[in-house]
Amino acid sequence: MKRISLREIAYARSGDKGNVLSIAVIPYNEKDYDLLKEKLTLKVVREQFKGIVKGQIKRYDLENLKAFNFVFYDALSGGVTSSLRLDKHGKTLSSKLLGMKIEI
Amino acid sequence: MVKKIRIGTGAGYSGDRIEPAVALAEQGNLDYLVFECLAERTIALAQKRRLADLNAGYDPMLKERFRKVLSPCAKNKTRIITNMGAANPKAAGKIIFDLLKEFGLTHLKVGVVLGDDVFDRLLSTNFSILKKTKDIQKIKEKIISANVYLGTSKIIEALKNDADIIITGRTCDSSLFLATMMFEFDWKEDDWDKIGKGIAIAHLMECGAQVTGGYFADPGYKDVEDLANLGFPIAEVFENGEGLITKLPTSGGEVSLRTCKEQILYEVHDPSSYITADGIADFTKLRFEEIEKDKVKISGGIGKPRPDDLKVLIGFRNGYVGEAQISYGGEGAFRRAELAAKILRERIKILDLKFEDLRLDYIGVNSLWPDNSHFENLKEVRLRVIGRAQTREDAEKLPYEVEALYTNGPAGGEGVSKGIEESIAIISAFIPREEVIEKVEFIGEENEED
Repeated sequence: MKRISLREIAYARSGDKGNVLSIAVIPYNEKDYDLLKEKLTLKVVREQFKGIVKGQIKRYDLENLKAFNFVFYDALSGGVTSSLRLDKHGKTLSSKLLGMKIEI
Repeated sequence: MVKKIRIGTGAGYSGDRIEPAVALAEQGNLDYLVFECLAERTIALAQKRRLADLNAGYDPMLKERFRKVLSPCAKNKTRIITNMGAANPKAAGKIIFDLLKEFGLTHLKVGVVLGDDVFDRLLSTNFSILKKTKDIQKIKEKIISANVYLGTSKIIEALKNDADIIITGRTCDSSLFLATMMFEFDWKEDDWDKIGKGIAIAHLMECGAQVTGGYFADPGYKDVEDLANLGFPIAEVFENGEGLITKLPTSGGEVSLRTCKEQILYEVHDPSSYITADGIADFTKLRFEEIEKDKVKISGGIGKPRPDDLKVLIGFRNGYVGEAQISYGGEGAFRRAELAAKILRERIKILDLKFEDLRLDYIGVNSLWPDNSHFENLKEVRLRVIGRAQTREDAEKLPYEVEALYTNGPAGGEGVSKGIEESIAIISAFIPREEVIEKVEFIGEENEED
């Protein structure tokens, strides 16, 4: 068993719509898709976004693209036009997710 | 020969670079060049400008962009479609018409799509035609604008009437691209699978360089070549809805499986239901294939019927935001920044400033997300203070108080930056499709006189 950052095997992109944040997570190697499917549970992802995401979290699995899409509700302090955060869009939060530690 | 069209993205947001669009106009062999320049934020800012000046409210870079691309587009018979009309498409159309006269290109026809602005209609119906109006009623007095996300229909009508340049206001980003496909290939407006395929390609294209290697590089992990000369994407689309995403070989960046995978999920919620005014695209059966360097084939898209209701962005006055920053350095920097924050909190109490929302963050420490680690050894730290108040008077005292920390605060504070602005926030709602009346107007000399 080895503890690594998610960043070592996957990359990610943040997007926003209103107060909802989405983050696509994609393994560099398609072979790691099943591993991530097992590791990226809603529970561990919620832990990673403690104090940031207030609402529901959903995960969508894209078998065709070997990718995941996470959707975080009530996550952006009201969204880009009203948030006072420096990161109004939540663009840096993909990096927050990639800093998550997983055991392989 | 199989019919195909070539579409280029000229801008992926309002402030985007100009040279990549010029390169595409000159060398892209394009049928269409599409400038997508509106975000939730951008339309709010445009509405604010129109409030101050009835002839303003279109994209601030409209003239500059058109000056650079008009001649090559006219020469190569490339039609231009853009939402740079923003909060005032008609004024934008007139600006373009004047530019065409200046350039001696008055044979080009300018079409303006109107009808996205439903503010007056909502006022006259007391907002009752909106769905889910609970939140709206609470802020009713503060509302300054309402714009519907229109679909493709009036862009297609303008194309059928031989418009060479089409200016819209709020339109679904995807519709700006999809309209060209529906028009050229005569896709029926209820051919949901074709529309689903078209939306997938449009979605890959609409953010410009985000599919050609922008918003992507991570040194040592995802390296991208020549980002300083990043190119914008080209889509080649076929009658059956399949297509390719590529870029000019002379430009920097990359179009690859990895860039397409990231961009197709950008700002998407449920990937099986990406909702637009023209149809609901399902991305879960899409196939991407890198057929050669910088050329990715897109196939397998499907779609579902369009929604009955259209999304409306409602802008409202949301008080005033004052912001300021100050830096501290050397040993003890973080402790001094903390002291500055403590002083500011007390000053807010003493002056009885009423903030609805207030943040004090340490840049380099916890300004992006919460962090409770200890920071005794930071070489420098920048305190960021930002607050929203209902009155300008309260909001502007915040940056003033930060500046006063120079002589009244902890030792060695430097580099104060400050600002204040009125905050226009956006809330979304839905309106039944049949309540929205759209039309195309063509700009010419006769319109000039009114």
